[in-house]
Amino acid sequence: MILGIDTSLGTAVAVVEPDGVVRAQVESTDSRGHAEVIGLLIERALAEASVRPSDIAHVASGMGPGPFTGLRVGIAAARAFALGRGIPVIPVASHDAVALELLLHAALTGGRDNTEDAAFAVVTDARRREFAYTVYRGIDDDGLPVRTAEPALAPRDDLDGLLASAGVLRRDTERIPAAMLALAAGRALAADRTMASADALYLRSPDVTLPTGPKRVTA
Amino acid sequence: MTLRQAQGPGEPLVLGIETSCDETGIGIVRGRTLLSNTIASSMDEHARYGGVVPEVAARAHLEALQPSIEAALAESGVALSDIDAVAVTSGPGLAGALMVGVGAAKALAVSLERPLYAVNHLVGHIAADILDADASPLEYPTVALLVSGGHTSLLLVRDLTSDVELLGETMDDAAGEAFDKVARLLGLPYPGGPEIDRAAASGDPKAIAFPRGLNRASDMAKHRYDFSFSGLKTAVARWVEQRQAAGEPVPVADVAASFREAVVDVLVTKALAACRDHGVPRLLLGGGVIANRRLRDVAIERADAAGVTVRIPPLSLCTDNGAMIAALASELIMSGRRPSTLEFGADSTLPVTEIQVAESAEVPV
Ligand SMILES: [Zn+2]
Repeated sequence: MILGIDTSLGTAVAVVEPDGVVRAQVESTDSRGHAEVIGLLIERALAEASVRPSDIAHVASGMGPGPFTGLRVGIAAARAFALGRGIPVIPVASHDAVALELLLHAALTGGRDNTEDAAFAVVTDARRREFAYTVYRGIDDDGLPVRTAEPALAPRDDLDGLLASAGVLRRDTERIPAAMLALAAGRALAADRTMASADALYLRSPDVTLPTGPKRVTA
Repeated sequence: MTLRQAQGPGEPLVLGIETSCDETGIGIVRGRTLLSNTIASSMDEHARYGGVVPEVAARAHLEALQPSIEAALAESGVALSDIDAVAVTSGPGLAGALMVGVGAAKALAVSLERPLYAVNHLVGHIAADILDADASPLEYPTVALLVSGGHTSLLLVRDLTSDVELLGETMDDAAGEAFDKVARLLGLPYPGGPEIDRAAASGDPKAIAFPRGLNRASDMAKHRYDFSFSGLKTAVARWVEQRQAAGEPVPVADVAASFREAVVDVLVTKALAACRDHGVPRLLLGGGVIANRRLRDVAIERADAAGVTVRIPPLSLCTDNGAMIAALASELIMSGRRPSTLEFGADSTLPVTEIQVAESAEVPV
């Protein structure tokens, strides 16, 4: 059983069987209160899935991109839960979960939304008048979305032009499906592949300015 | 609920997580016995900025948490499955930093199916005293002076687990911050406390009469137990700039010694005023700035003269740490308090009266 946790947008938690059966998926769309809801959502997902913590064999952790403060809550929770049970964390790029959902949906509906074989970008709000986006095209033999460009930031007003010139469809989302995150982790695990770095995907350096020396107080 | 009460009535084995500022602290205690106090500090990463950068601190917490928990377990010879309860700092502190600990603590508690105690960082500083194996038991009431880079607070503690009152706190900079800022304007590196101390060693504390802050008659009526260090910092800056403008050398040792004396004087004066006003002959010191030798010496000397007994926990327990958080939770458990629900967040301005956050409602039998 895989526990999926993502706080790159709202807070999303899911319990998924290794073969992809979704046992529970719960979420809060609040883009701020991650620390408040994370514990209850993990508890609720386990309860809805009718499993004990000891039934969980892997924790899939959404590594971002996402606003720092919230993103860290989920990664910290995923690592701590795994530590508590002595099980591994499988890092997953949060956008991969969205891409996988779109691709599975396209396969089911016969590709009516063109996502099946066209290049598309998963786009999320990165605040500060920027979007985070990742470009995908199709699904590979392991059942995992094929990333053709790594997660990046673009100014809000530039993204449409940027994607159009590359012939990439735009797919915005305000939620990360934790079940898809867990499923992607399960598929990566089955294929013995690593899909994301174990480090948080911040995409931005901390806002700091090096001091230029003490400010004068006398004129 | 998968949470259950810790196995009482014996001594609970508690793991505490502290991430309110720049130290990732993991502590393990059994009852009142310290088993491990593991601290990973991101201080070096802040040095080039001259002060704690919240985002840098929060990123460091995320990376340090798991290795610190593992190190604490290894040091204490305890397995996570043996832990009776998890404790975490809910506030006060830097919001983004606190959230890392809160997220981890909640997930750990759920994963271990153990109760969680969310506690107050400042009261944790007082609880550190309980872990001092060589000291006699803490007597109540006691006045507590907590001084660090993040806070400067004067508390009246009638009972550690149920009755702590805020008498006063800093209106602007924390004392530790003032040390950092003055060190910078004297061209000394970060963190400023030990640097000022070193420079002050050969200086004359009476060389320059810097202001004490909030000690005028009108202030003593309205802000009797409050502190202010920004005026002092500005006064030091002005004095140094005037010297420089006159083309004279800055006597760094004298400035450092006189500045330190002003900070120490106002801290000790107000703490002893609180003892006198409340008829409490006990003063507990805590927080990282207590590492300052001059502060300890002056406090002990003047308290002695005033008939006040000073208690100082071991310095390794005065700086921010997880052991004090575990110790406070252990006391709460032993006094019969129920665990916190999972419904709390990081509260950067958590009042000191909230010793435990989100205690769960009584379960009807
Ligand atoms: Zn502190």
